[in-house]
Amino acid sequence: MDNILPLLHGFSVVLTSYNVALMFLGILLGIVVGVLPGLGGPNGVAILLPLTFTMEPTSAIVMLSCIYWGALFGGAITSILFNIPGEPSSVATTFDGYPLAQQGRAGEALTASFSGSFLGALVGVLLITFLAPLVAKFALRFGPPEFFAVYLLTFCSFIGMGQESPMKSIVSMMLGFALAVIGMDTMSGQMRLTFGWTGLMQGVDFLIAVIGLFGIGEILVTIEEGLAFKGKSANLNPKVVFQTWARLPKYWATLIRSSLIGCWMGVTPGGATAASFMGYGIAQKFSSRRDRFGTGEIEGVVAPETAAHASGTSALLPMLALGIPGSATAAVLLGGLMIWGLEPGPLLFVEHKDFVWGLIASMYLGNIVGLIIVLSTVPLFAAILRVPFPIIAPIIIILCAIGAYSVHNSVMDVWFMLGFGAVGYLFKKLGFPLAPLVLALVLGDKAEDAFRQTMLASKGDLSIFWSNGLVGTITVLAIVLLFWPAIVSLCRRMRSPKLGQAVP
Amino acid sequence: MTSKITRCLMPNRTSLFRWLFVGALLTFSGAAQAAWQPTKSITFVVTGGAGGGADQMARLIQGIVSKYRLSKQPIIVVIQNGGGGGQGFLDIKNSPGDPHKIAIVLSNLYSVPLSTNLDFNWRDTTPVALMALDEFVLWVNARSPYKTAQDYIAAVKASPGNFKMGGAGSKREDEIVTAVIEHATGTKFTFIPYKGGGEISTQLIGGHIDSDVNNPIEHIAHWRADEVRPLCVFDTQRMPFKDKVTKTESWNDIPTCRESGIDAQYLMLRGILMPKGVTADQLAYYVNLLREVREKPEWKEFIAKGAYKESFLVGDEFTKFLEEDEARHKEIMKKADFLAQSGSVK
Repeated sequence: MDNILPLLHGFSVVLTSYNVALMFLGILLGIVVGVLPGLGGPNGVAILLPLTFTMEPTSAIVMLSCIYWGALFGGAITSILFNIPGEPSSVATTFDGYPLAQQGRAGEALTASFSGSFLGALVGVLLITFLAPLVAKFALRFGPPEFFAVYLLTFCSFIGMGQESPMKSIVSMMLGFALAVIGMDTMSGQMRLTFGWTGLMQGVDFLIAVIGLFGIGEILVTIEEGLAFKGKSANLNPKVVFQTWARLPKYWATLIRSSLIGCWMGVTPGGATAASFMGYGIAQKFSSRRDRFGTGEIEGVVAPETAAHASGTSALLPMLALGIPGSATAAVLLGGLMIWGLEPGPLLFVEHKDFVWGLIASMYLGNIVGLIIVLSTVPLFAAILRVPFPIIAPIIIILCAIGAYSVHNSVMDVWFMLGFGAVGYLFKKLGFPLAPLVLALVLGDKAEDAFRQTMLASKGDLSIFWSNGLVGTITVLAIVLLFWPAIVSLCRRMRSPKLGQAVP
Repeated sequence: MTSKITRCLMPNRTSLFRWLFVGALLTFSGAAQAAWQPTKSITFVVTGGAGGGADQMARLIQGIVSKYRLSKQPIIVVIQNGGGGGQGFLDIKNSPGDPHKIAIVLSNLYSVPLSTNLDFNWRDTTPVALMALDEFVLWVNARSPYKTAQDYIAAVKASPGNFKMGGAGSKREDEIVTAVIEHATGTKFTFIPYKGGGEISTQLIGGHIDSDVNNPIEHIAHWRADEVRPLCVFDTQRMPFKDKVTKTESWNDIPTCRESGIDAQYLMLRGILMPKGVTADQLAYYVNLLREVREKPEWKEFIAKGAYKESFLVGDEFTKFLEEDEARHKEIMKKADFLAQSGSVK
């Protein structure tokens, strides 16, 4: 509790009219950055970084971190409304958010997602406030075997979800792994699967794949099926916020679970994207309504968003306490800190108290400001769905193209995006799930690096995955989750032997 | 939007001084000022990762240029680090005569083409300036028993292949430094490639690797917190910075590896290139611009903070440096068997 006083001091540092104005500006810019697919948090912060060089470090970090919060909030908006994730971490939000919007319940989905985000962030900030040194030490225990075990856990918590056949899920995941391999291999320093073509040297950018697979793919399907958004009848009652809030406490278990997963993945650093997938997968496994996931469950929106935001927030902890960025955006912020003459690391908390506690205070305030801003815009965003499809579809396609272009300022990426759009359309027509592909694409190369680093260190001995309590526990947990559906059905069969045959 | 923010950030008085300063600068350097001026925004290609060393330096240059209004046109930083930076190199190569494009490169300038057969050589570009050199330091965990480089190398020699050296990428500067050590001492490390310096730092502090050869700035915070210990610097002389970094030591207190009996040196360039086929006026514009950037206090602070080696070469001197540095890389990489076999990537 020694941290209360410095925190209050932090609030006094941040609560100047200048800083609060920057906070609002940051959040608004962040939402714009988050809504535009492709122009994610890392890009947004990097573009605006030079602007802050003339500012006080505290004001600068307040503004930049607010852009970060804004982007995290904003990423969910297009995921829910148009099935286009504005941020990589909001891919899992589309699974239930978009069906909700199609059913005319966009307002509920948005409110649930923002509120979940806020709660997740709050847990993350509380963690930073009270447990920073302790948690930072825990992060140091993660070497390659531990990282691989965490990625394995993410994959396993995700396998077997959805109604698609397991074989189709595996095909989709393998395609994702193959795509993740393209580009320079960290371990050998060689190009893989580029076929001698410069366009593939960068590898397949996750954002471009997602914009194409989800956004363009969805529009193609909609055009064919003539399935206009049902949002025309959307309930635009501002009360929707309070009605949704009244139902949120029901999901307390999911909220807690997702917050914990998020904090853990942010600190270790597994990243917000992995956290959101894991949050969704675990919520589904333990939900009493697991069969309805993917068809428009509020719980399926809350789970990934809470985890993503908790992770995004707690990712700043290793950055401040150890100087290790927990996410791409944190990496850019880290560069900023050094330019302002602040060295992130254990001594930052001692030598630059004003800065650290100002930043932590701004996390509380920034998230409250962010929540107010985004909630007040819920009816506005829900109203977008009232625009007829023939008008909104071209706008979405243009936004997708701009988004794909802005990732690396490359026209080639726009063609890639269109290619992925065609793939996304085929996947939907043939009933292949997209999620395993996306998951494998985003985590595939990290998992591969971690595995090969482990094997280099252990000289090929697999028992290293059980060599200490930490990695052993995660590995066992992963295997248990992998076989969870089988375990559940086995238990059911034992309880009611007659119904047993139907379960695969 | 952008200009509005900038304006509200700069009180009027300072901007008046700034204008006077710029005016004075223009008057004094009028004769030296090249005739050519950029007519549109300048693209600054970064061949390293976001937030990494090259990116930080590029954004600092961008910041200084805009703060002191050294250029009428803005500089836009674009990251093109695909294929270890190969993507950025090819961009420069494939834009002959474009005076609105410059790139910042590290020693990936040679190591990537040599190890992957990328169809690129720095002779396909116009060298502009060498901005600084990066120092490399041998670090171990502060809890390890090794107090000097001799101790550590002796331990590695006693058990070759069982000591883990972490580094960024494969067959790149960190593994090249490792190869230089191995060659100088006749020992063998298990080299484990990671994605970047930040990740490696954590791995060393967490005890997952035994040593690394990170740049000073990548470990400064951990050194001050007594989590890592520097053993020696891979330079011919000690670093000149005598201000105390930790309670008792400065960068200058770290012995050179040669002093410690390991005859291993390695420095990495931080250079600026532009496409081939630009005019002498256009080249002179950027040389002058970078020269002015180097005069500013922010630059000097950045150099001291990161313990970079001061060095500024342009024209023939820079070209000569590139020739020698390339030959040296070729030699080291050949000995270490890092060269690509055959076939060519277009």
